[in-house]
Amino acid sequence: MLPVFAPVQMHIPDGFLSTLVSLVLWVVSAVFIFTALRQVNKTLGERQVPVMGVLAAAIFAGQMLNFAVTGGTSGHLLGAALATIVLGPWAAVLVMTAVVATQALIFQDGGVLALGANLFNMAVVGVFVSYAVYRLVTGLARGARWGVFLGSATAAWTSIFIASLAAALQLALSGTSPANIAVPAMAGIHALIGLGEALITLGAVAFLYAARRDLLNLASGEGKSSKSVLIGGGLIALALAVLSPLASANPDGLEWVAEQKNFLSAAREPLYAIIPDYVFPGISNEAVATIIAGVIGVVIVLGVTLGVAHLRRGRKAERGS
Amino acid sequence: MHHSPVLIENLVFRYPDGHAALQGVTLSVAAGEKIALVGPNGAGKSTLLLQLNGILTPQSGRIEICGLEVNPKNLARVRALVGLVFQLPDDQLFSPTVYDDVAFGPIYQGLTREEIDRRVEAALDAVHMRDYLKRTSYHLSVGEKKRIAIATVLSMQPEVLVLDEPTAGLDPRARRSLIELLRELPQTAIIATHDLAMVRELLPRTVVMDGGRVIADGPTAQILADEALLEAHGLEALKC
Amino acid sequence: MSGANSLTPFLAGSSLIHALDARVKVPLTLAFILTVSFLPFGVWPVYVLLLALTVSAALLSEIGLARFLRRSLLALPFALAALPLLFTIPGEALARFSLFGLTLTLSGPGLVRFASIAVKSWLSVQAAVLMAATTDLPEMLLALRALKLPRLLAAVIGLMWRYLFVLVDEAGRLLRAREARSGSREGAPRGGGLAWRARVAGGMAGSLLLRSLERSDRVYTAMLARGYDGEVRSLPHPPLSARAWGILAAGLLLLALILFLSRWMVA
Repeated sequence: MLPVFAPVQMHIPDGFLSTLVSLVLWVVSAVFIFTALRQVNKTLGERQVPVMGVLAAAIFAGQMLNFAVTGGTSGHLLGAALATIVLGPWAAVLVMTAVVATQALIFQDGGVLALGANLFNMAVVGVFVSYAVYRLVTGLARGARWGVFLGSATAAWTSIFIASLAAALQLALSGTSPANIAVPAMAGIHALIGLGEALITLGAVAFLYAARRDLLNLASGEGKSSKSVLIGGGLIALALAVLSPLASANPDGLEWVAEQKNFLSAAREPLYAIIPDYVFPGISNEAVATIIAGVIGVVIVLGVTLGVAHLRRGRKAERGS
Repeated sequence: MHHSPVLIENLVFRYPDGHAALQGVTLSVAAGEKIALVGPNGAGKSTLLLQLNGILTPQSGRIEICGLEVNPKNLARVRALVGLVFQLPDDQLFSPTVYDDVAFGPIYQGLTREEIDRRVEAALDAVHMRDYLKRTSYHLSVGEKKRIAIATVLSMQPEVLVLDEPTAGLDPRARRSLIELLRELPQTAIIATHDLAMVRELLPRTVVMDGGRVIADGPTAQILADEALLEAHGLEALKC
Repeated sequence: MSGANSLTPFLAGSSLIHALDARVKVPLTLAFILTVSFLPFGVWPVYVLLLALTVSAALLSEIGLARFLRRSLLALPFALAALPLLFTIPGEALARFSLFGLTLTLSGPGLVRFASIAVKSWLSVQAAVLMAATTDLPEMLLALRALKLPRLLAAVIGLMWRYLFVLVDEAGRLLRAREARSGSREGAPRGGGLAWRARVAGGMAGSLLLRSLERSDRVYTAMLARGYDGEVRSLPHPPLSARAWGILAAGLLLLALILFLSRWMVA
């Protein structure tokens, strides 16, 4: 049942990000989402619930539409760029928020505590970067057809690539994966995945261009906020593109910067420093402590099993009478 | 051409949720024959059509298309032989232009560019839509979309055409012209429908299905005259 | 046809866990995952106790232990990301490998760190699996509303959920129509390159999106026709029962105790 929803491997599960990184990104994402709610309310008004809801379902279902790559693997759509091109940045933030949040809460595709980070990568970075790239390319093309196509393909590729850099940096900052391994690995894989995203997005935009060209005209009718999104998206892309090779080339550098501010030590260790050779007071051996915990655990589980069996028998007897 | 392009023997199919959609269906269709598949909703008609193309595979029983058993090994070749036209043309037309949609099958078959173009034109000619080559499928009327959907399988030059409710949702004029189109097509055809008037006019043989079984199979005139049979299986006899 | 409803991990049931108010289940799940996140590395006894908790809850929920464990391994492949830790954390050397002329040293602290991350991730996923299997989305939204999820976002997600299954069916029909025409001649190689296949998938996505946009218009009209004015209203939630409050408080207390225990162990 699950393979249907097995999109791009960018959803970080719980356990891989440190608490501090997770919580900080929750706050950051929440700020963007609240802003998006206000902005969309201004532009769409009372239409926003049906439009956002149905389109979020469309992006979600659209992630099923795969194509065979080779040897049983297949490419999928993430959809951040497509949503951005059709809906504009703020509405796309909401649509991707609904999709990514539901994937985490219902399908365990990405963690719950890590949801803040995943929202940041896919619903904020993915969308803003798409918007900046698409506007840039279509602007350079001065409304020519090739601008729409080139713009959507590059927006899709860049959004995946930059979002993966953000994820890699988060993993590095959490001490889960050294930057000089995480960044090139994530970037390498997603440079390829991004090609699939670019081609699918291109196909979708080609369809929309033929059927409803007016939908692809992002530039018109947007106010001042779109300019700040444009600049923000460009800055995010630039910052991540510059920062991650730096961190990767010089992981000690990242460490040094962070240690100066006492951030990294806080970010890396869950609350306090690890001391592998801890002791249970009174019990000198770690293995013994683990065995005792195991025995307690088995007793609890056994008790619950018996309780459930008892309850079931009771229910059956009730039905029987 | 094979003398019996469609051979179905004792087909049994259950959906994963346990619903038994086909409970031992046996049917054989002769070359060039056009048959109607009628019966109430949920009778198993659509499920049977999907089996013909190997989209669904039976738990037991077998299907042969032009002497080729439908199994995972032959799937690609079977799909080239059977042209399946779905009820909703929007599901079938997912490309920017009519040309792209009609060319899908031939491109997938690895044909040359010239051959692809030739096939596309021939298929559009066959459905009288040649001028629509560069149009966007999305903006066409339902009747036009149905014709293009048929062209998307004709371009594969199939031996057997399988249509699911071809006249559903059409206005009288579009329905009329679709019936005339179906009359012209030389292929063996299996058409699932609730449109008994079309059946009487177009299809010499009728198969009645209900509850996953073939209830009756015979000349259309005879079956449509049997009011008790029709009534028992959720169909309404034609008044005149 | 194939029943898009089988997609949702929610398993209807009448167990104690199913019956528990979502406003208790959801915060407890969040607190559990947060607690796991706060745990230090290498506190195996605490991990074992938490495992006993999740397994007990799974047994209580009567969703089937095998299914529960299978689904909980979902995030396992991601552990690959933490694999380098085995060799990059300095410490006592357990083993040395030579790979392509590169010498890798497996260190003790590296192993502890990697195994801890994998186990903590597994425990968190277990909690999320349990929540999703016993709480339907509408209930979950209600609970998230109680936790101050903006009303508008809740409405969007609710509407998305309603149409997700319709659109999954629609996407399924598109895939099926493509499959039906993916035939080949005898002995001929498949035609059309990777880029073409990807663009076809894109065309399907585009058509799905466009039809959805039109559907959203119809949904909007239908909402207007029933008096919708842009304001999302919902019935006031019934207050949480004293028993539910009790369970919530007991659960939070237990988690706090476990957190305290782990801290005491490392101190």
